[in-house]
Amino acid sequence: MTQERFAERHIGTDAPSQYTMLATLGYASVDDLVRAAVPRAIHLENFRARGGSPLPPAATETEALAELRELAARNTVRRSMIGLGYYGTVTPAVITRNVLENPSWYTAYTPYQPEISQGRLEALLNFQTMVTDLTGLGTANASMLDEGTAVVEAMLLARRASPVKTPVFIVDTDALPQTKALLAARAEPLGITVLERDLAAIADTGAAELPEAFGVFVQYPAASGRVWNPASVIAAVREARGIAVVAADLLALTLMTSPGELGADVAVGTSQRFGVPLGFGGPHAGYLAVRAGLERQMPGRLVGVSVDADGNPAYRLTLQVREQHIRREKATSNICTAQVLLAVMASMYAVYHGPTGLRRIAERVAASTAALAAALTAAGVEVVHSAVFDTLQVRVPGRASAIVTAAHEAGINLWPISGDVVQLSVDETTTAEELARVAVCFGVSGGIVGVPGEWPLPPGLARTSAYLTHPVFNTHHSETAMMRYLKRLADKDYALDRGMIPLGSCTMKLNAASEMEAVTWPEFAALHPFAPESDVAGSLELITQLERWLTELTGYDTVSLQPNAGSQGELAGLLAIRGYHRANGAADRTVCLIPSSAHGTNAASAVLAGMRVVVVACDAAGNVDLDDLRAKITQHAATLAALMITYPSTHGVYEHEVVAITEAVHEAGGQVYVDGANLNALLGYARFGDFGGDVSHLNLHKTFCIPHGGGGPGVGPVAAKAHLAPFLPGHPLAQRNAHPARTADGGAGMIEHGGTPVSAAPFGSPSILPISWAYIRMMGEAGLVEATGAAVLAANYIAARLRDHYPVLYTGDAGLVAHECILDLRPLKEATGITVDDVAKRLIDYGFHAPTMSFPVAGTLMVEPTESEDLAELDRFIEAMISIRAEADAVAAGAFPADDNPLVAAPHTAHALIAGEWSHAYTREQAAYPVPTIVRNKYWVPVRRIDQAYGDRNLFCSCPPPEAFA
Amino acid sequence: MPVPENLTYTSEHEWLLIDGDTATVGITNYAADQLGDVVFVELPEVDDAMIAGAVVGEIESTKSVGELLAPANGSILESNRAVAESPELVNSDPFGAGWLVRVRLDAAPEGLLSAAEYDALVGE
Repeated sequence: MTQERFAERHIGTDAPSQYTMLATLGYASVDDLVRAAVPRAIHLENFRARGGSPLPPAATETEALAELRELAARNTVRRSMIGLGYYGTVTPAVITRNVLENPSWYTAYTPYQPEISQGRLEALLNFQTMVTDLTGLGTANASMLDEGTAVVEAMLLARRASPVKTPVFIVDTDALPQTKALLAARAEPLGITVLERDLAAIADTGAAELPEAFGVFVQYPAASGRVWNPASVIAAVREARGIAVVAADLLALTLMTSPGELGADVAVGTSQRFGVPLGFGGPHAGYLAVRAGLERQMPGRLVGVSVDADGNPAYRLTLQVREQHIRREKATSNICTAQVLLAVMASMYAVYHGPTGLRRIAERVAASTAALAAALTAAGVEVVHSAVFDTLQVRVPGRASAIVTAAHEAGINLWPISGDVVQLSVDETTTAEELARVAVCFGVSGGIVGVPGEWPLPPGLARTSAYLTHPVFNTHHSETAMMRYLKRLADKDYALDRGMIPLGSCTMKLNAASEMEAVTWPEFAALHPFAPESDVAGSLELITQLERWLTELTGYDTVSLQPNAGSQGELAGLLAIRGYHRANGAADRTVCLIPSSAHGTNAASAVLAGMRVVVVACDAAGNVDLDDLRAKITQHAATLAALMITYPSTHGVYEHEVVAITEAVHEAGGQVYVDGANLNALLGYARFGDFGGDVSHLNLHKTFCIPHGGGGPGVGPVAAKAHLAPFLPGHPLAQRNAHPARTADGGAGMIEHGGTPVSAAPFGSPSILPISWAYIRMMGEAGLVEATGAAVLAANYIAARLRDHYPVLYTGDAGLVAHECILDLRPLKEATGITVDDVAKRLIDYGFHAPTMSFPVAGTLMVEPTESEDLAELDRFIEAMISIRAEADAVAAGAFPADDNPLVAAPHTAHALIAGEWSHAYTREQAAYPVPTIVRNKYWVPVRRIDQAYGDRNLFCSCPPPEAFA
Repeated sequence: MPVPENLTYTSEHEWLLIDGDTATVGITNYAADQLGDVVFVELPEVDDAMIAGAVVGEIESTKSVGELLAPANGSILESNRAVAESPELVNSDPFGAGWLVRVRLDAAPEGLLSAAEYDALVGE
């Protein structure tokens, strides 16, 4: 921590470095450079005086943390017994310190380069194995954004997979309220009817008479805590060729028959109570598992086992063709960012406790619940359901409110179901003293101690099958073993703590330690998402401030922080546009124009918002083809809902004609969605709201420093003009749905977000919002402007230095790029036979994470250095790329055979270099130490190039047996 | 490499071996190369109806997905089970063992290309 200006810590290039870089480019100042690159028509000062921002001036790290302490102190942490899918849990300190607070885990990217991601891929495979074992199903993904949206994804999966054409989905009455709200919200635009039925009653009658439906959803145990056997309902649904979806509590499944054994097709839920703090709602990892035969219908990321070039087992993401970046509007889902860091934590909780430990925890929870129920019943207080796991409904006619208030005063939050019924949930952290304190609130005194093993389970539901039998769950139970396992995995991976990750469109910038500091403070981490408003005043104030700042920085009127990822922000924004058109009597406006260069997520999100995608062409310079845009607008004038445009474009260029584009859409009655994925190139220089945007999503995990966590968490706020506010995400259980808004006269007011939810929790993932709050607070407007400038300078410097070796595919005004540049490797392949894959894998030997491969143009690399890299690291990357070009030229010149050279054989493991005779056309030194700078700083890749096709053809998605590595 | 002379082709990179009112259909070597390593093929059921230009199957590689389009109205007589078991046949023998479906044609497909015309299309 320091008292110095934080911007100078965040930005990698100092003034002398920037002077050198500017000299290369021929500009006098960073500001001159950016102003030359950004079209004049959209410059901020056309709309507002520069420096006239209401953002507070930059705080030092010490000052910002002191302010965060004050906000934290305004929260009151009470013991939450609210339950409803969110439970107290003990995060083992060895996991907090070695995963959550360890940059080797939290600064990694999504494992798209599998050779340098084996550690977290193994952790995710552990997660998948944990979920498949506990749910009794064949394949689990890694991971979903939360339980509520996982149920939605399961509903959509059921619709794809079931032959039943009737667009009806049946939901059990006794499901979580936030899940029911999400199902209703997401079903409506897709023409799905959600029917609520009391399925437990239907199961009781034995009739199992159900309306025709493509699927059915059961909560297990039910939201009320009741445990009932859904097997007959599941059988009836499957008999009628529908898909049975069960949301199951993973801890309960250590004691109860698994959904797979009950006949379910799909199981979903959350892994939150496996050691991930409540965090006022998130982030947590949801899960989704399917029976055999449904793998290709799964949404989200799936880790599988393949082999590397030496035939050794190696992990990779599998079946990626399901996903939105390839299949676009035909994808299984729009989700891309998952909850990797949280899935890793949950999996490690299972690794650390093992099957015996988890079962012990579950037995303690169940026994405590049973003991409390017995004490209440003995005292004449009615407990509604006798067969329960961890949750009780207590009937207290007319006294529910008084009891909840008394408990609140006693430091415990209970949940009022009605004026007559109170609900409470026991968890891993609940003590005997707390149980006694709760009982007193119901007028019952005396000690309450659960006896493990003594709890009432309905006949036939006791778990008899084994789980977590793989050695990984039965080995690392001492802290020493656990610490070393986590270290061993982290050592295999390449994260920002090793070097630059120049992934275009991903913005892998610094995630400062001071920004991360508050995440684990209990005042932020231990709050239940539905805690009373008075308990969470500090968090709500932090959210209010952050919303105001983001509103100001983007030129919009209001912001919702609810979406848990960029994809969900897109969906929220498009749903807002849909709601707006419908409210104006224009329900037939359903066409969404999307440029061909757009990220596939745009198209997938549009479909989920009930829209029809029409693709707009790009011209030879990579810009939206204005003639084609106008033609498409004319063709669809009456049905035009929106245009989705990314700015600067996915080609890394500030499109000159953006104002003409947004005006053309508005003239035709359409709304403009500006995808904020590339906001890091614009912040402080131009604002989406000023140049025609009606709504945007931002990625706090890109521009605003939330770490990527190896593929999540993310936060994808949606920012909009006031006319869309009534359709932005609201939430039925929110403490408040009023949000800060810029009023017409530029003042600060409040506005209601009246739309349907897109996340299970009202504020999405609040526990990581202090990161972005701290970033903005410590940078101030001036610092953010400098960061943008440094990012644009770095990208242009790389473009200029590499242009003679690899053509830069697209440039904008003055021949400049924005914050990233596309290097065209197709001429290299033509000339030398060396592919973009070869270059990406060879960069590993040089100690680098490859840039983005073949997006948005096949056969190219997109480089985004960000502002946080210093000149030495930029130059090291440039040196590597130039050296690789020389190696490729040597192949073309015949110095190396086409099938035996350092590029096609990359990456090289230490083992590959020393095992047996070396009989290649290049030396070991050339393989491992192509440039002298890495001799003392070598990153050794753990596996060789991974066979992608083998893994897809031989699907295997759980932990391989240890013999596989012999 | 020029494509086989005895087949006819579509501009969607499918080949047809027409025999009276039936045809065997596959994708060309060009299409297979563009897709890369094929890892999964989803083919229609026997007796499924097909409508000219509609999607009747999918060919997945590790990084892309191609659609099998019906060359004419008609119905499916047979799907190649060997390809479903070993999708790599589409790469290794696209004009032979990697065939995809046999179909009954209600009418002659329109707009077919000769081998020479197809070679010209893909720049051979």
